[in-house]
Amino acid sequence: MNGVHDMGGMHGLGPIQTASDDVVFHEEWEGRTLALARVLLAGMHFSLDEFRHAMERIEPSYYLTSSYYERWLEGSITLMVEKGVVTQAEFDARLADLRGGTS
Amino acid sequence: MSSNGIPGPDSEVALRVKAMESLLLEKGLVESSAIDELIDMFENRLGPWNGAQVVARAWSDPEYKAWLLKDGTGAIADMGFAAVQGEDMVVVENSAEVHNMVVCTLCSCFPWATLGLPPVWYKSAPFRSRAASDPRGVLAEFGTEIGADAEVRVWDSNAELRYMVLPERPAGTDGMDPEALAKLVTRDSMIGVTNVAPPG
Repeated sequence: MNGVHDMGGMHGLGPIQTASDDVVFHEEWEGRTLALARVLLAGMHFSLDEFRHAMERIEPSYYLTSSYYERWLEGSITLMVEKGVVTQAEFDARLADLRGGTS
Repeated sequence: MSSNGIPGPDSEVALRVKAMESLLLEKGLVESSAIDELIDMFENRLGPWNGAQVVARAWSDPEYKAWLLKDGTGAIADMGFAAVQGEDMVVVENSAEVHNMVVCTLCSCFPWATLGLPPVWYKSAPFRSRAASDPRGVLAEFGTEIGADAEVRVWDSNAELRYMVLPERPAGTDGMDPEALAKLVTRDSMIGVTNVAPPG
Protein backbone atom coordinates (compact mmCIF):
# COMPACT_ATOMS: atom_id res chain seq x y z
CA MET A 1 0.00 0.00 0.00
CA ASN A 2 1.47 3.32 -1.11
CA GLY A 3 0.81 6.05 1.40
CA VAL A 4 2.31 8.62 3.68
CA HIS A 5 3.89 5.85 5.79
CA ASP A 6 6.05 4.87 2.80
CA MET A 7 8.59 7.54 3.69
CA GLY A 8 11.78 6.29 2.06
CA GLY A 9 13.09 9.00 -0.25
CA MET A 10 10.76 11.81 0.86
CA HIS A 11 12.37 15.24 1.06
CA GLY A 12 11.84 18.18 3.36
CA LEU A 13 11.03 16.41 6.64
CA GLY A 14 13.74 18.26 8.55
CA PRO A 15 16.87 17.42 10.53
CA ILE A 16 17.15 14.31 12.71
CA GLN A 17 16.92 14.99 16.44
CA THR A 18 19.91 12.76 17.13
CA ALA A 19 20.19 13.41 20.85
CA SER A 20 19.15 10.06 22.26
CA ASP A 21 18.15 9.44 25.84
CA ASP A 22 17.66 5.99 27.31
CA VAL A 23 14.12 6.64 28.55
CA VAL A 24 11.93 3.82 27.26
CA PHE A 25 8.56 5.51 27.83
CA HIS A 26 8.43 9.29 28.10
CA GLU A 27 4.83 9.23 29.34
CA GLU A 28 3.00 6.56 31.32
CA TRP A 29 0.31 6.19 28.63
CA GLU A 30 2.96 5.17 26.09
CA GLY A 31 3.87 2.03 28.02
CA ARG A 32 0.22 1.17 28.62
CA THR A 33 -0.53 1.65 24.89
CA LEU A 34 2.28 -0.69 23.89
CA ALA A 35 1.30 -3.29 26.48
CA LEU A 36 -2.39 -3.20 25.52
CA ALA A 37 -1.55 -3.75 21.88
CA ARG A 38 0.80 -6.64 22.80
CA VAL A 39 -1.93 -8.29 24.88
CA LEU A 40 -4.48 -7.91 22.08
CA LEU A 41 -2.00 -9.36 19.56
CA ALA A 42 -1.19 -12.25 21.89
CA GLY A 43 -4.91 -12.87 22.39
CA MET A 44 -5.38 -13.09 18.61
CA HIS A 45 -7.87 -10.22 18.56
CA PHE A 46 -5.94 -8.99 15.54
CA SER A 47 -2.79 -9.96 13.67
CA LEU A 48 0.44 -7.99 13.34
CA ASP A 49 -0.32 -7.40 9.66
CA GLU A 50 -3.80 -6.09 10.46
CA PHE A 51 -2.26 -3.83 13.08
CA ARG A 52 0.31 -2.38 10.67
CA HIS A 53 -2.42 -1.88 8.08
CA ALA A 54 -4.60 -0.06 10.62
CA MET A 55 -1.74 2.36 11.28
CA GLU A 56 -1.11 2.79 7.56
CA ARG A 57 -4.76 3.83 7.16
CA ILE A 58 -4.36 6.72 9.60
CA GLU A 59 -5.32 10.03 8.00
CA PRO A 60 -2.08 11.33 6.37
CA SER A 61 -1.87 14.74 8.04
CA TYR A 62 -2.37 13.14 11.46
CA TYR A 63 0.15 10.40 10.61
CA LEU A 64 2.83 13.02 9.95
CA THR A 65 2.19 14.98 13.16
CA SER A 66 1.57 12.08 15.57
CA SER A 67 4.06 10.14 17.64
CA TYR A 68 4.82 6.42 17.37
CA TYR A 69 2.67 5.50 20.36
CA GLU A 70 -0.18 7.78 19.25
CA ARG A 71 -0.28 5.74 16.03
CA TRP A 72 -0.20 2.49 18.02
CA LEU A 73 -3.14 3.72 20.07
CA GLU A 74 -5.23 4.82 17.09
CA GLY A 75 -4.45 1.57 15.26
CA SER A 76 -5.60 -0.44 18.28
CA ILE A 77 -8.81 1.58 18.71
CA THR A 78 -9.62 1.27 14.99
CA LEU A 79 -9.27 -2.52 15.09
CA MET A 80 -11.16 -2.92 18.38
CA VAL A 81 -14.10 -1.09 16.84
CA GLU A 82 -13.89 -2.85 13.47
CA LYS A 83 -13.71 -6.26 15.15
CA GLY A 84 -16.70 -5.44 17.31
CA VAL A 85 -14.78 -5.90 20.54
CA VAL A 86 -15.70 -2.35 21.57
CA THR A 87 -18.32 -0.27 19.81
CA GLN A 88 -17.59 3.29 18.80
CA ALA A 89 -20.51 4.42 21.00
CA GLU A 90 -19.05 2.61 24.03
CA PHE A 91 -15.67 4.15 23.44
CA ASP A 92 -17.05 7.66 22.94
CA ALA A 93 -19.20 7.40 26.06
CA ARG A 94 -16.28 6.20 28.18
CA LEU A 95 -14.05 8.94 26.86
CA ALA A 96 -16.71 11.54 27.67
CA ASP A 97 -16.97 10.16 31.22
CA LEU A 98 -13.21 10.37 31.67
CA ARG A 99 -13.06 13.90 30.30
CA GLY A 100 -15.80 14.95 32.66
CA GLY A 101 -13.98 13.36 35.55
CA THR A 102 -10.72 15.15 35.00
CA SER A 103 -11.69 18.65 33.88
CA MET B 1 -3.58 15.58 20.66
CA SER B 2 -0.02 16.71 20.86
CA SER B 3 2.15 17.09 17.83
CA ASN B 4 5.38 16.40 19.69
CA GLY B 5 4.40 13.13 21.35
CA ILE B 6 5.01 14.47 24.83
CA PRO B 7 1.60 15.41 26.20
CA GLY B 8 0.81 15.96 29.85
CA PRO B 9 -0.68 13.33 32.14
CA ASP B 10 -4.28 14.41 31.58
CA SER B 11 -3.89 14.96 27.86
CA GLU B 12 -6.48 13.79 25.38
CA VAL B 13 -4.26 10.92 24.28
CA ALA B 14 -3.81 9.69 27.87
CA LEU B 15 -7.60 9.74 28.29
CA ARG B 16 -8.06 7.73 25.10
CA VAL B 17 -5.69 5.08 26.45
CA LYS B 18 -7.60 5.01 29.74
CA ALA B 19 -10.90 4.67 27.88
CA MET B 20 -9.67 1.69 25.90
CA GLU B 21 -7.93 0.03 28.83
CA SER B 22 -10.93 0.37 31.15
CA LEU B 23 -13.33 -1.09 28.56
CA LEU B 24 -11.02 -4.03 27.83
CA LEU B 25 -10.56 -4.68 31.56
CA GLU B 26 -14.33 -4.71 32.09
CA LYS B 27 -14.78 -7.16 29.23
CA GLY B 28 -12.15 -9.41 30.74
CA LEU B 29 -9.94 -9.22 27.65
CA VAL B 30 -6.89 -7.89 29.48
CA GLU B 31 -5.65 -8.05 33.05
CA SER B 32 -3.88 -5.23 34.84
CA SER B 33 -1.15 -7.60 36.00
CA ALA B 34 -0.38 -8.58 32.40
CA ILE B 35 -0.13 -4.92 31.40
CA ASP B 36 2.19 -4.15 34.32
CA GLU B 37 4.31 -7.22 33.58
CA LEU B 38 4.77 -6.18 29.94
CA ILE B 39 5.70 -2.61 30.87
CA ASP B 40 8.30 -3.97 33.30
CA MET B 41 9.71 -6.25 30.61
CA PHE B 42 10.08 -3.42 28.11
CA GLU B 43 11.56 -1.02 30.65
CA ASN B 44 13.87 -3.36 32.53
CA ARG B 45 14.58 -6.60 30.70
CA LEU B 46 14.73 -5.76 27.00
CA GLY B 47 17.40 -3.30 26.03
CA PRO B 48 20.67 -2.70 24.22
CA TRP B 49 22.65 -4.39 27.03
CA ASN B 50 21.41 -7.67 25.49
CA GLY B 51 22.77 -6.81 22.05
CA ALA B 52 26.02 -5.59 23.60
CA GLN B 53 26.59 -9.07 25.07
CA VAL B 54 26.04 -10.62 21.63
CA VAL B 55 28.56 -8.22 20.08
CA ALA B 56 31.14 -8.78 22.83
CA ARG B 57 30.88 -12.55 22.43
CA ALA B 58 31.27 -12.26 18.66
CA TRP B 59 34.38 -10.09 19.12
CA SER B 60 35.84 -12.67 21.52
CA ASP B 61 34.88 -15.94 19.86
CA PRO B 62 35.45 -16.36 16.08
CA GLU B 63 33.27 -19.47 15.91
CA TYR B 64 30.37 -17.64 17.54
CA LYS B 65 30.89 -14.69 15.19
CA ALA B 66 30.72 -16.98 12.15
CA TRP B 67 27.49 -18.52 13.50
CA LEU B 68 26.02 -15.08 14.26
CA LEU B 69 26.65 -13.81 10.73
CA LYS B 70 25.31 -17.01 9.15
CA ASP B 71 22.29 -17.62 11.42
CA GLY B 72 21.54 -14.51 13.47
CA THR B 73 18.26 -15.85 14.85
CA GLY B 74 19.86 -19.05 16.18
CA ALA B 75 23.05 -17.49 17.53
CA ILE B 76 21.10 -14.75 19.34
CA ALA B 77 18.65 -17.28 20.78
CA ASP B 78 21.70 -19.15 22.13
CA MET B 79 22.32 -16.11 24.37
CA GLY B 80 18.78 -16.42 25.69
CA PHE B 81 17.35 -13.51 23.70
CA ALA B 82 14.32 -14.87 21.89
CA ALA B 83 12.29 -12.99 19.28
CA VAL B 84 9.52 -10.92 20.81
CA GLN B 85 7.41 -10.75 17.67
CA GLY B 86 8.47 -14.00 15.99
CA GLU B 87 10.86 -12.17 13.71
CA ASP B 88 14.05 -13.46 12.10
CA MET B 89 17.34 -11.69 12.82
CA VAL B 90 20.10 -10.88 10.37
CA VAL B 91 23.39 -9.50 11.68
CA VAL B 92 25.60 -7.49 9.32
CA GLU B 93 29.26 -6.81 10.04
CA ASN B 94 30.98 -3.44 9.86
CA SER B 95 34.60 -3.32 8.68
CA ALA B 96 37.04 -0.85 7.21
CA GLU B 97 35.55 -1.63 3.79
CA VAL B 98 31.81 -1.77 4.56
CA HIS B 99 29.66 0.31 6.90
CA ASN B 100 26.12 -0.94 7.54
CA MET B 101 23.17 1.08 8.85
CA VAL B 102 19.65 -0.08 9.74
CA VAL B 103 16.34 1.72 9.15
CA CYS B 104 12.66 0.88 8.85
CA THR B 105 11.26 3.24 6.24
CA LEU B 106 7.69 1.91 6.41
CA CYS B 107 7.14 1.96 10.17
CA SER B 108 9.70 1.45 12.92
CA CYS B 109 10.57 -2.26 12.91
CA PHE B 110 13.47 -2.83 15.30
CA PRO B 111 15.33 -5.80 16.83
CA TRP B 112 13.46 -5.71 20.15
CA ALA B 113 15.09 -8.88 21.53
CA THR B 114 18.61 -7.45 21.34
CA LEU B 115 18.12 -3.67 21.44
CA GLY B 116 14.78 -3.14 23.19
CA LEU B 117 12.40 -0.49 21.93
CA PRO B 118 13.66 1.99 19.33
CA PRO B 119 14.85 5.48 20.26
CA VAL B 120 12.68 8.44 19.30
CA TRP B 121 14.85 9.50 16.36
CA TYR B 122 14.66 6.01 14.79
CA LYS B 123 10.85 6.32 14.68
CA SER B 124 10.92 9.87 13.31
CA ALA B 125 10.05 10.96 9.78
CA PRO B 126 13.41 12.68 9.15
CA PHE B 127 15.40 9.46 9.78
CA ARG B 128 12.95 7.15 8.02
CA SER B 129 12.78 9.35 4.93
CA ARG B 130 16.50 9.98 4.39
CA ALA B 131 18.40 6.97 5.75
CA ALA B 132 18.20 5.10 2.45
CA SER B 133 18.41 8.03 0.01
CA ASP B 134 21.20 9.96 1.77
CA PRO B 135 22.94 7.62 4.20
CA ARG B 136 26.21 9.55 4.34
CA GLY B 137 24.32 12.75 5.09
CA VAL B 138 22.38 10.99 7.85
CA LEU B 139 25.58 9.51 9.29
CA ALA B 140 27.16 12.98 9.29
CA GLU B 141 24.23 14.25 11.40
CA PHE B 142 25.24 11.66 13.98
CA GLY B 143 28.85 12.85 13.73
CA THR B 144 29.92 9.71 11.89
CA GLU B 145 32.22 10.16 8.89
CA ILE B 146 32.72 7.19 6.60
CA GLY B 147 35.68 7.32 4.24
CA ALA B 148 34.89 7.77 0.54
CA ASP B 149 36.58 4.45 -0.23
CA ALA B 150 34.26 2.52 2.13
CA GLU B 151 30.92 1.18 0.93
CA VAL B 152 27.79 2.19 2.88
CA ARG B 153 24.97 -0.36 2.97
CA VAL B 154 21.49 0.45 4.30
CA TRP B 155 19.17 -2.34 5.47
CA ASP B 156 15.42 -1.66 5.47
CA SER B 157 13.77 -3.74 8.21
CA ASN B 158 10.29 -5.24 8.09
CA ALA B 159 7.88 -7.07 10.35
CA GLU B 160 9.38 -10.49 9.65
CA LEU B 161 13.07 -9.59 9.37
CA ARG B 162 15.06 -7.36 11.72
CA TYR B 163 18.65 -6.29 11.23
CA MET B 164 21.39 -5.56 13.75
CA VAL B 165 24.88 -4.25 13.07
CA LEU B 166 27.97 -5.98 14.42
CA PRO B 167 30.16 -2.90 14.92
CA GLU B 168 33.90 -2.92 14.36
CA ARG B 169 35.92 -3.78 17.45
CA PRO B 170 37.79 -0.60 18.41
CA ALA B 171 41.56 -0.34 18.83
CA GLY B 172 42.98 -0.58 22.32
CA THR B 173 40.75 -3.46 23.41
CA ASP B 174 43.20 -6.36 23.17
CA GLY B 175 42.95 -8.57 26.20
CA MET B 176 39.59 -7.20 27.32
CA ASP B 177 37.10 -9.89 28.34
CA PRO B 178 33.53 -10.02 26.94
CA GLU B 179 32.09 -8.36 30.02
CA ALA B 180 34.39 -5.36 29.66
CA LEU B 181 33.87 -5.24 25.89
CA ALA B 182 30.07 -5.23 26.26
CA LYS B 183 30.29 -2.02 28.30
CA LEU B 184 31.80 -0.24 25.28
CA VAL B 185 29.00 -1.19 22.89
CA THR B 186 26.25 1.40 22.43
CA ARG B 187 22.73 1.04 21.07
CA ASP B 188 23.46 3.52 18.27
CA SER B 189 26.52 1.54 17.16
CA MET B 190 24.33 -1.57 16.75
CA ILE B 191 21.95 0.44 14.54
CA GLY B 192 25.02 1.57 12.62
CA VAL B 193 24.66 5.34 12.98
CA THR B 194 27.84 5.51 15.07
CA ASN B 195 30.96 3.44 15.64
CA VAL B 196 32.13 2.01 18.95
CA ALA B 197 34.63 4.40 20.52
CA PRO B 198 37.94 3.08 21.90
CA PRO B 199 38.06 2.76 25.70
CA GLY B 200 39.26 5.55 27.94
